[in-house]
Amino acid sequence: MAELNLVQAINLALAQEMERDSRVMVLGEDVGLNGGVFRVTDGLQKRFGQDRVVDTPLAESGIIGTSIGLAINGMLPVPEIQFEGFLGPAYDQLVHHAGRMRTRTRGAVTVPLTVRVPVGGGIHAPELHSDSPEAIYSHHVGIKVVMPSTPSDAKGLLLAAIRDPDPVIFFEPKRVYRSYKEHVPEDDYIVPIGKAKIVTEGEDVTVITWGATVFQALAALDELPEDVSVELIDMRTIYPMDEDTIVESVRKTGRCVVVHEAARTAGMGAEIATILQEKCFLHLEAPVQRVTGFDTVMPYYKLENHYLPEAPRIKEAIEQVLAY
Amino acid sequence: MAQATTTSANSQATQAGSRLVDSLDNATLLGWLRSMQLIREFETRTQQAYQQAKIGGFCHIYSGQEACAVGTIACTNGDDPVITAYRDHGHALARGMSARACMAEMYGKIDGCAKGKGGSMHMFDKPNHLYGGHGIVGAQTPLGAGLAFAARYEWEVLGTGSKKVCLCYLGDGAVDQGAFHEALNLSALFGLPVIYIIENNGYSMGTAIGRHTANHENLISRGQSYGIHSVRIDGLDIRDVYDQFKPIVDMCREEQKPAFVDLHTYRYQGHSMSDPQKYRTKEEVEQYKSKDSIAALLDHLMNDRQAIDEDGWKAMRDEIRDEVKDSVEFAERAEAPSVEAELYSDVYIFPQPNLSPTREYVHGAKNPLL
Ligand SMILES: Cc1ncc(C[n+]2csc(CCOP(=O)(O)OP(=O)(O)O)c2C)c(N)n1
Ligand SMILES: [Mg+2]
Repeated sequence: MAELNLVQAINLALAQEMERDSRVMVLGEDVGLNGGVFRVTDGLQKRFGQDRVVDTPLAESGIIGTSIGLAINGMLPVPEIQFEGFLGPAYDQLVHHAGRMRTRTRGAVTVPLTVRVPVGGGIHAPELHSDSPEAIYSHHVGIKVVMPSTPSDAKGLLLAAIRDPDPVIFFEPKRVYRSYKEHVPEDDYIVPIGKAKIVTEGEDVTVITWGATVFQALAALDELPEDVSVELIDMRTIYPMDEDTIVESVRKTGRCVVVHEAARTAGMGAEIATILQEKCFLHLEAPVQRVTGFDTVMPYYKLENHYLPEAPRIKEAIEQVLAY
Repeated sequence: MAQATTTSANSQATQAGSRLVDSLDNATLLGWLRSMQLIREFETRTQQAYQQAKIGGFCHIYSGQEACAVGTIACTNGDDPVITAYRDHGHALARGMSARACMAEMYGKIDGCAKGKGGSMHMFDKPNHLYGGHGIVGAQTPLGAGLAFAARYEWEVLGTGSKKVCLCYLGDGAVDQGAFHEALNLSALFGLPVIYIIENNGYSMGTAIGRHTANHENLISRGQSYGIHSVRIDGLDIRDVYDQFKPIVDMCREEQKPAFVDLHTYRYQGHSMSDPQKYRTKEEVEQYKSKDSIAALLDHLMNDRQAIDEDGWKAMRDEIRDEVKDSVEFAERAEAPSVEAELYSDVYIFPQPNLSPTREYVHGAKNPLL
């Protein structure tokens, strides 16, 4: 019964899936000999060889483009991009090729690709190493976007992503990598893409979040008075979104706070608030509140915690919607 | 193979026995020695501060590569634009940034060169024509082309400036990026006075050059394939750097065209501060340390030129140690950026309503270097 952190759980999922299916391969900068910048792919090259765990040149467009070529010709590539900021050079390949191949070929050519990307702030890294671009890739059609917050969800979601016939961006919150451990089942299981998780059930207010801020929200809950009953939802999949779960919850509570690290404007909070006013309008007791990063560049570490939606800001927002 | 590709026309001076560098006076070379030692000492202190968790983010140490930045910048004018990647403390200091502004930036303090908002990878010094410090590998190379384009336009079309040359540094890993090839093509096609200086330290993070780039022993063929004058230089000996690089700068300035330099060097420390260095041996590091560029220049200045003696060298090191120590104390003392004024400022010139959902917009402090 191993207690694993996020890094170990993802490593385990990769190893098990590579064992199970010889078409699965890992590519990226320093993923082999070095085991990846965050050591997520540690030991895989030793175990599965250089043909399946490939150290690539420093070339994100090449890594993702080559992975697409592999995927459309029968392989199941799981490339790693070292930090979310380095998706930039790969953007064209991801959005214009991976995301659109199925449509462009009317279903003849599909892209079973899983792009693993460490994401988010909270580790004292500078900009480009701390961003949260999940809304950008959710906006682009044809790509699925997931972001687990716990080790066991990460394992199940990664297996689901690799087995999914469409491209998936698998965001891994860096802040959680080594900060949280839990029991992760050894056996083969899937966490379905597109299914949110109710972390705590509640009656008074719904808090919706994903990734590292799940833990900030939990910390905020601890600070609230005993008699406040909060339903905390971890989206796990950003796109396609589990509308049923959030709509059902907000119809029950009538109040909602959405929390994310990404900047506010056109972040996923805007999308969620819109869905809720479309589908729960008559149930809402207060405007949906957003607690997010600001519309500014992720600052260097002295100001980082003021940018990130930390527990006090979340608590304040919950109190506000309750008092409305 | 490696030997066969080493230069060419610009080492003529050396072959004839009289070196270009020999025409320089002692004071100039002593200046180089000081500059290299300043970088070395600064980086030693930076490492200490990082290990004490005084510096956040990532931190890439320049020790071992000093002759590259100091030797190449010595060949330029003060108003030639310079741009580099994230291993940038050395270039900043060599270009004239104060140790205080550089250290305070890494400490994330308001007196840093970017008000403590950029950190180690983002050293900018506009008055000294240093345009960063960039974190996306390879992304600075088309910017180098643009800096050169503007300089040429200013001189040729507007008639307001003199002929300039842009120095654009990149690592051997950055050679693999598509953006670099676009930059080379643009520069050659448009005749842009930019010198791409590949600080080839043999590794892209943990991947040795032979494992990350094709035909690595003949890197200059990349530049040559675009018709760009391309030269390989030993970057461990600053006198070699000067001898071979100065004529290239002069040529690019005069003829307003690009060049490509494969500058061989070595980094002593890990890629960043958290690097177990499984990819290289201690012996390899020691072997390069035995060819240390500061020691080599010191030896020349002491024994060939009698320009400095042991006492003089000690005095120079003491003075540098004080200067760097002062920069650390300065950074420790300096204020962190204020949340109210700095978290939302410097995104646009005018305040935007969306920037701060919780606070009124306040203008940020003036950049300390401006
Ligand atoms: C687009 C992009 N991909 C990956 C990285 C992560 N990364 C930073 S430095 C580096 C290696 C670069 O090596 P090189 O260009 O040789 O420069 P050196 O570190 O040796 O100075 C990598 C992979 C990055 N910053 N940007
Ligand atoms: Mg290198």
